[in-house]
Amino acid sequence: MPPETTLAPPEAEVRPPNDLRTLESGLDALQTAPVAEKRAWRRFVAGVLPPVLFLIVLIVAWQVYVVVAHPRPDRFPGPLDVINALDDAWSTGRVQLAVATSLGRGALGFLIAVAIGTPLGLLLAEVRLVRRALGPLISGLQVLPSVAWVPAAIIWFGLSDATVYFVVIMGAVPSIANGLVSGIDQVPPQLRRVGIVLGASRLQLATLVVLPAAMPGYVGGLKQGWAFSWRSLMAAEIIATGGTMGFGLGSMLQQNRELADLAGVLTTILLILAIGILIELVAFAPVERKLLRGRGLLITRNSK
Amino acid sequence: MSAQRPAASANDPAIKVTGLSKRFADAGPLVLDRINLRIEPGEFVCLLGASGCGKSTLLNIIAGLEQPTSGTVSVASGNAAVMFQDAALFPWLSARHNVEIALALRGVPRAQRRSQALELLDIVSLRDAAEKRPHELSGGMRQRVALARSLAQDRPVLLMDEPFAALDAITRDLLHEQLELVWRQTRRTIVFVTHNVREAARLGQRVLLMSSRPGRIANEWRVEDTGQRRIESPEVASLAIEITDQLRKEIRRNAA
Repeated sequence: MPPETTLAPPEAEVRPPNDLRTLESGLDALQTAPVAEKRAWRRFVAGVLPPVLFLIVLIVAWQVYVVVAHPRPDRFPGPLDVINALDDAWSTGRVQLAVATSLGRGALGFLIAVAIGTPLGLLLAEVRLVRRALGPLISGLQVLPSVAWVPAAIIWFGLSDATVYFVVIMGAVPSIANGLVSGIDQVPPQLRRVGIVLGASRLQLATLVVLPAAMPGYVGGLKQGWAFSWRSLMAAEIIATGGTMGFGLGSMLQQNRELADLAGVLTTILLILAIGILIELVAFAPVERKLLRGRGLLITRNSK
Repeated sequence: MSAQRPAASANDPAIKVTGLSKRFADAGPLVLDRINLRIEPGEFVCLLGASGCGKSTLLNIIAGLEQPTSGTVSVASGNAAVMFQDAALFPWLSARHNVEIALALRGVPRAQRRSQALELLDIVSLRDAAEKRPHELSGGMRQRVALARSLAQDRPVLLMDEPFAALDAITRDLLHEQLELVWRQTRRTIVFVTHNVREAARLGQRVLLMSSRPGRIANEWRVEDTGQRRIESPEVASLAIEITDQLRKEIRRNAA
């Protein structure tokens, strides 16, 4: 970079006269409406209450049906049976073990998928030849249900954790890579031009401009990648049991089916669902919300 | 682009364009045709023309964002600061950080960036909005942040591509005043592209009219600098009428 040529010395001496200043601040005040932040408890009431109420209604309807219609308990257990089954499984420690095993695998598998999918997405987005050659394949893999990999994985890796991780990674990597690619594709070209004009090197352009600008797409890809990891994990755990495979939620589901314990099966399904929702709410929703809000992309419908 | 030191000689132009032509495709039409242009340090030049006359292309070539097909461009100080029609602020950064990133890329040490950024925002009367994100600012405020950011580049040459075209008339009027003030006080060389004749007559010390297809410089007016002008004043109006007449003549030549 050439030595700076300093112009009219300290910029601070360039001060607009007061009348221009007051005119500008008057116009600024007219043109910007203060954004009314919803209070935390109102947000809570608006966001959490409706689904919780709906859930309660659903459970009550279920119980009423069981009380009124008396279906066979082995074919249609009531909510109380399911709660009892959960209690039983909890007291024997099966629930804790299964949740810990599955969450651990899901988290590790997802992290490995992030570590592979992120550089892959960068390559796809920035190198045209890679995009042409690999792009259709990655998009295709996103459509392929990753359960399809289970038989192959069992033959390759046997009944071991490697099988589970392989299936999880095959499920999550395409989503993560594609999310990053679409995030980068959506970076307005003008922002890159500004980066170049400001004198950014190639690396600075990538780290200071392109990656931050691509964050919303990337986080969307991560979210989908997690969903695919969790699904693939359950599929793998249901199909591949025994060997050195630990005891995960999928295994628990399969075991309950073999015992024809429908209450236990429903308990496990609800657990799998609840964990999926919980991770979404605790890990992804706040990040996504913060990201979008900071860029003014979050549509808040004001009741006013 | 080689960095010519302006200190070397007082006679060096701020921008020198020699025999510059541009085609976008090898067999494509000539967009710019052998343009010669010499802009002295401290001049405020308005580049005026109808849509599609290649004025933005010329600006982009001077900015180094596009390459000429033939001819040369030299900009004193190596490169120029640029402002675009949309503010193109980074939406994930506050107004202050948008200015700071320009300071950072210029090599200003971290410790000084904050105070320098606030001073620059103060020039455009936006010190109080320093922590706001772009989406919380009005269009005019965003353009002022973009102006502060291009001042942060500390380049003697400032290129502006229809920076106020998307603003309402009241805001645009204030920004004209703001820009003129910055120009008078920092003595930057400004090249301002516009299709608004009045705007050119209001701001420019030199107004260059470009013809279309191929883009050439058709005429030039020099405006005597008698201090601040207003867009409503009769001198601006009569100059605008004169320029508009010739602009229409240039446009008519393209009729089938």
